[in-house]
Amino acid sequence: MARQLLKGNEAVVKGALLAGCRAFYGYPITPATEILEAAAWYFPRCGGEFLQAESEVAAIHMVYGAAASGQRAMTASSGPGISLMSEALSYLAGAELPCVIVDLMRAGPGLGNISPEQSDYWQVTRNGGHGSYRSLVLAPASVQEMADLTRLAFDLADRYRNPVFVLADGTIGQMMEPVEFREPAREPVMPEWAVGGTAATRKNLVSSIFLKPDDLELHIAKLEAKYALAEREVRFERYRTDDADVVLVGYGIVARILKHAVDELRAEGIATGLLRPITLVPFPSAELRRMAATVREFVVVEMSTGQMVDDVRLAVDGAAKVSFYGRGGGNLPGAEEVKAMVEGRVRKEGLVHA
Amino acid sequence: MPEKELCITHEKPLAFFPHFERKGEGEDQTHYCPGCGHGIVHKLLAETIDELGIQDRTILISPVGCSVFAYYYFDTGNVQAAHGRAPAVATAVKRAHPNSIVISYQGDGDLAAIGAAEILHCANRNENVTVLFVNNTIYGMTGGQMAPTSLPGQKTTTSPGGRDPGRDGYPMRVSELLATLESPAFIERASLGNVKTILQAKKAIRRAIECQMEGKGFSMVELLSPCPTIWKLDPVAAQKRVHDEMERYFEPGIKCDRRASRPEPREAAPPPPLADFSRLLNLPDDNGRTAPAHAHDAERLDWRIRIAGFGGQGVLLLGQLLAEAAMDDGLEVSWLPSYGPEMRSGTSNCHVRISSHPIDSPLVTRANALLALNEPSLRKFLDTVEPGGLVLYNGDHLPDDCRRDNVSVYALPFAEIANQLGSAKVGNMVMLGAFLALSHFLPDERMEAALARLVSSERWVEIDKKALAVGRERVPAEEFRHA
Repeated sequence: MARQLLKGNEAVVKGALLAGCRAFYGYPITPATEILEAAAWYFPRCGGEFLQAESEVAAIHMVYGAAASGQRAMTASSGPGISLMSEALSYLAGAELPCVIVDLMRAGPGLGNISPEQSDYWQVTRNGGHGSYRSLVLAPASVQEMADLTRLAFDLADRYRNPVFVLADGTIGQMMEPVEFREPAREPVMPEWAVGGTAATRKNLVSSIFLKPDDLELHIAKLEAKYALAEREVRFERYRTDDADVVLVGYGIVARILKHAVDELRAEGIATGLLRPITLVPFPSAELRRMAATVREFVVVEMSTGQMVDDVRLAVDGAAKVSFYGRGGGNLPGAEEVKAMVEGRVRKEGLVHA
Repeated sequence: MPEKELCITHEKPLAFFPHFERKGEGEDQTHYCPGCGHGIVHKLLAETIDELGIQDRTILISPVGCSVFAYYYFDTGNVQAAHGRAPAVATAVKRAHPNSIVISYQGDGDLAAIGAAEILHCANRNENVTVLFVNNTIYGMTGGQMAPTSLPGQKTTTSPGGRDPGRDGYPMRVSELLATLESPAFIERASLGNVKTILQAKKAIRRAIECQMEGKGFSMVELLSPCPTIWKLDPVAAQKRVHDEMERYFEPGIKCDRRASRPEPREAAPPPPLADFSRLLNLPDDNGRTAPAHAHDAERLDWRIRIAGFGGQGVLLLGQLLAEAAMDDGLEVSWLPSYGPEMRSGTSNCHVRISSHPIDSPLVTRANALLALNEPSLRKFLDTVEPGGLVLYNGDHLPDDCRRDNVSVYALPFAEIANQLGSAKVGNMVMLGAFLALSHFLPDERMEAALARLVSSERWVEIDKKALAVGRERVPAEEFRHA
């Protein structure tokens, strides 16, 4: 199929419908509103359900209802809306319901502003909701990945019966790039555990209650076992890391900027590479640990005051230096700033192998 | 005289499980207290499900509260919902399975307090679901806190001096409140105050579910219900309170019945076949773009373009056309609009990258082309143009205090030229034509194809084409005005 110039926000919706998603429940919020609008246009014409809910709270509980009914279901929002959805995320994970949530991060805290940030990392990877659960988290860095990872998100959600986040920011949502939908459209399939209002499904119960402590402990252990199994889904991109003394670590739009910085630093004779986590949960910890044997310093760059850097530190566990560079408030880090920061680290710490 | 046969005149409804195995211990009895209204409502509902023959079709949404475990008892499809959210859950379940009978079972704290928004909007959308609203004026499961329906003076653990309407507000008459909406099809309040009203309550439940079966839309029955344990009354006294006190404040009866005036539901159209998705999703037609890509391989093409101007000057479209045409020509492209506070001040700008190689950062921090449609944009971005770069400016000349060495500047009144063509709006197209002539990396037909795809009005496509041509011709003929 030919390439099509698309916004990230539209690519998500087309990718979702091609993945067999037939239920979109949402609420307007900048910068995710374009997804809602595209869904309002495309879902009904493809035989899907679209509804603008009265709040993010209602929207995500509608997703819960659709998922319980066996539909591939989704919503899209931004930080303040994700905060409101946190309640249902816990219920979804507890009831083992698959669904996809797209979070186009904006700057916070509070109302902050509508410019891009990556400051929902903790909220999304550490669970906004209560209880022992995880959400799987995918981080697209291009419009093509907005489409591809949305599709993957539905597959993973079904495979692990768990909510999956597509965590991007306003930049990737607003950006246009060529997209190719390589996978054919998938027919919706109702899983056998879902409620359906039929004799065959009458026995089915969707619930997250386990009244007895022993039963709940078993249930939590079952969820944990799933998350351990999901470690195999880890995905990342390495760029020029083989002989790198300094490895930049960034996800989403930041990784695109870092790629440019890597080339510029290489031109200056500093052996630099890039590790881009594509999955944030599961996190490429093993890869970071492996790289720590030869890398002098990991430089984590985020559009926040430093959130993913925690996961890098946990993974590296002291085996290499970890430093951080961040921008916030809606400002994107420029390749030049990153380059200057790394050059400063190299001068100060002598990071380059002789 | 034949011997009289023994027959069963009354037995447990089939909609109940024979044994409550999901409950575990004590599986032959419910977890409800003696005299509790839930037991009665459960029975009325189960009998109604039997009578209507809808057991297989029924999906019960159980709430948070004492009836959280409704799924222990009902041998139907079951979904347990978070506190107050059952109407939202029910909405999506019904829309996923329009042939199912969806019943949201909720208490007063659940429905009238924490779920006030969900029930209001579910009713207002006239969702074709049935809500059974058990009003016992108290939070039962958490041990007797004040509810939105607690009566004036009612002592609860959180209104130890009695509900004071001056401080806590008056009890909410939810049925009347919802009935003020235009949308809901059927709302009735019934009471479990004595045997007679219980029989009426059963009829109300049946009317509500029939309303859903007929596809008329939202139906709700509010059931005034005793809670002897929390009220600290024996079951008989509790039922008397329902009859004597609750019925006085919450008047039983039909609050709205619009079933007759509602049109017959339309049969939903079957979903389109997957083969149609390409068309439905406006995916590109392979046949439409068969022209071979222009040969760019010999050069390392890397345009980093910043386009800026006032909102309304067509800044974003200009960028999009470039990206669209270049993509068609086999190049890698990215287009990134600036959004946010800058928009508020009335300026607009976008980053366009066009490259023969994969694009790393879509941001253009150092441009090799600046297309400035107004002076503020020129002032803002001129310094970001790298030496040897190209600057197109919509004006006769650069302002004296805004100059640059070592860049090529084409200052022309593009908008005025466009005005002579009949619309100052196509100043962006004149500038685009000039840029194409100066950069000469894109064949004309690519841009014309892009125009046809992105501009829906044929009339404007023609005007735009004319503007592009003028821009193309005008620039090389113009005296090159170096800053």
